[in-house]
Amino acid sequence: MTATPVSLGRRLRGRQNQNLWFWVFVGPFVIGLVVFIYVPIAWSIYLSFFDAYNTVTPTRFVGLGNYADMMRDEAFRSSLSTFVVFAAGIVPTTFALSLLTALLVARTRVMQTFFRSVFFLPTACSYVVAALIWKMSIFAGVPSGMVNAGLALAGHDAIPFLSLTRPPWYWLVIVSARLWLQVGFYMILFLAALQRISPTLYEAAAIDGAGSWQQFRFITLPQLRPTSAAVLLLLLINAFQAFDEFYNILSTFGQYPPYARPPLVYLYYVALGQGQDFGHGSAGAVILTLVIALSALVFNRFVSLRGES
Amino acid sequence: MAIVDKSPRARVAATTRYAALVLAAILFLLPFYLLLRNALMSERDLSSPDWHWLPPTWHPENFTAIFSDPALPLARSLVNSVAISVVQTAGVLVISGLAGYGLARIPYRWSTAVFYLITATLLIPAAVTFVPSFVVVSTLGWISTLRGLIIPGLFQALATFLFRQFFLGFPKEIEEAAFLDGLGYWGTFWRVVVPNSFGFAAAIGTITFIGSWNAFLWPLVIGREQTTWTVQIALSTFLTAQSVDLSHLFAAALVAIAPLLVMFLFLQRWIVEGVERTGMGGD
Repeated sequence: MTATPVSLGRRLRGRQNQNLWFWVFVGPFVIGLVVFIYVPIAWSIYLSFFDAYNTVTPTRFVGLGNYADMMRDEAFRSSLSTFVVFAAGIVPTTFALSLLTALLVARTRVMQTFFRSVFFLPTACSYVVAALIWKMSIFAGVPSGMVNAGLALAGHDAIPFLSLTRPPWYWLVIVSARLWLQVGFYMILFLAALQRISPTLYEAAAIDGAGSWQQFRFITLPQLRPTSAAVLLLLLINAFQAFDEFYNILSTFGQYPPYARPPLVYLYYVALGQGQDFGHGSAGAVILTLVIALSALVFNRFVSLRGES
Repeated sequence: MAIVDKSPRARVAATTRYAALVLAAILFLLPFYLLLRNALMSERDLSSPDWHWLPPTWHPENFTAIFSDPALPLARSLVNSVAISVVQTAGVLVISGLAGYGLARIPYRWSTAVFYLITATLLIPAAVTFVPSFVVVSTLGWISTLRGLIIPGLFQALATFLFRQFFLGFPKEIEEAAFLDGLGYWGTFWRVVVPNSFGFAAAIGTITFIGSWNAFLWPLVIGREQTTWTVQIALSTFLTAQSVDLSHLFAAALVAIAPLLVMFLFLQRWIVEGVERTGMGGD
């Protein structure tokens, strides 16, 4: 291109109208992202500083009042500890089970595709449908429930799994439902990673006389490290966002019990329940976002530190 | 692991492995079996304390009864679910496909800045934005409309990111030839790039469809009136309120997952690829 002065219009359009075409391709997406992600977030941060009951255009500024209320709110704090208990249950079990099924499927030569499909199939199921099966059939608190029918054979009374808080049997129901839904997804990620490990590594180890446990410990596990780290982080973030199974398994007759409310369930009832308290709801969402971001950061730091040592 | 070991120890290990697989497979299939069994049982047999692995009496008419049950707006909610999932999948493919291509191939001064603007939203957990998004959608007057259910879900940063990664690896020579033939960016994209990207689009498309079909929180928040219920919301309403025949609820649930089960049977290859791509985010 020559250095002759060009009109503003031509400069905006760029060489071969590149600037124009860039926005033709990328513009629709960016507009949607701004309207449905950036504006809501900005608006929500704004609302979190106001008294906003039943309104999205509030007038009474309360500063950090909503944040202070949320931090003092026993129910919000208990929702965070509910998350911690839930994550402590679901993250290690999903990780271990998806790694185990991936190893088993990878090593079997008989009906490999069949087994992979079976473990992957629950991914097709929604949390609502899983909640229905878990709540009304497997762990139904009545004698007609599957587990209770089994207990009856052993001479044991029926256990009301979902209405009992001591011991908190509902955790068994909630964690096993999510486990069933998720394992296949992460198994696929582990299977893909296992396939990327070079067979020559195993051959070399076998020549050196390494047994199968040593091969797993010194080849498979280190080679899976990036995938393992990504899976753990995904599991953690997904556990933070748990809503569907809690809501569907624990609500009965339109009522959610006062216990086992993870953060999103709590926020749902604060912001979109009867009160429509957008101020506190938004403050809670902001706090939650920060907590998630911080945990992800700490997790990454922890993983990368371990990688260096 | 090409080394074949025929020692007794290895044989024991292989048998144990196989037994573990079979046992796990049975456990994983059990919930599907119960779903099918319950859907074919009568309400009375279902609540009987005597356990039956097979329905004592068969009731296949449950599947027709659910469509005439006035308390359960199943047909309407299925239509809504199909409409939402199909439009959302097609929309995400077009919008993210275009954006991904623009970011990967059209030189522009602010391209990197726009890319960061997009990837930054990947760090924000989607479910946390439901309160703010609800605020915007209610301001637009889109509560209890299909618009409100569909449009906010059309802008998936992860899909755009993955399309960009994919197009970066697309053989440039083919595009350059088309470009020199005077097709321009638009023509090159639709006539050369798109026809060669069906596999990748199928992977992203199936995953988007599954997510859309199974979505719960957003439809719960936005589809407040019965006319805008998706099938998940219809099921959930009766599950949490317990006001419908239980065997009908199981039959309806089976109908609700049937489309995805069929997809898993025929399109599993693309779904697996979609899981690998979306799960690892392009690593």
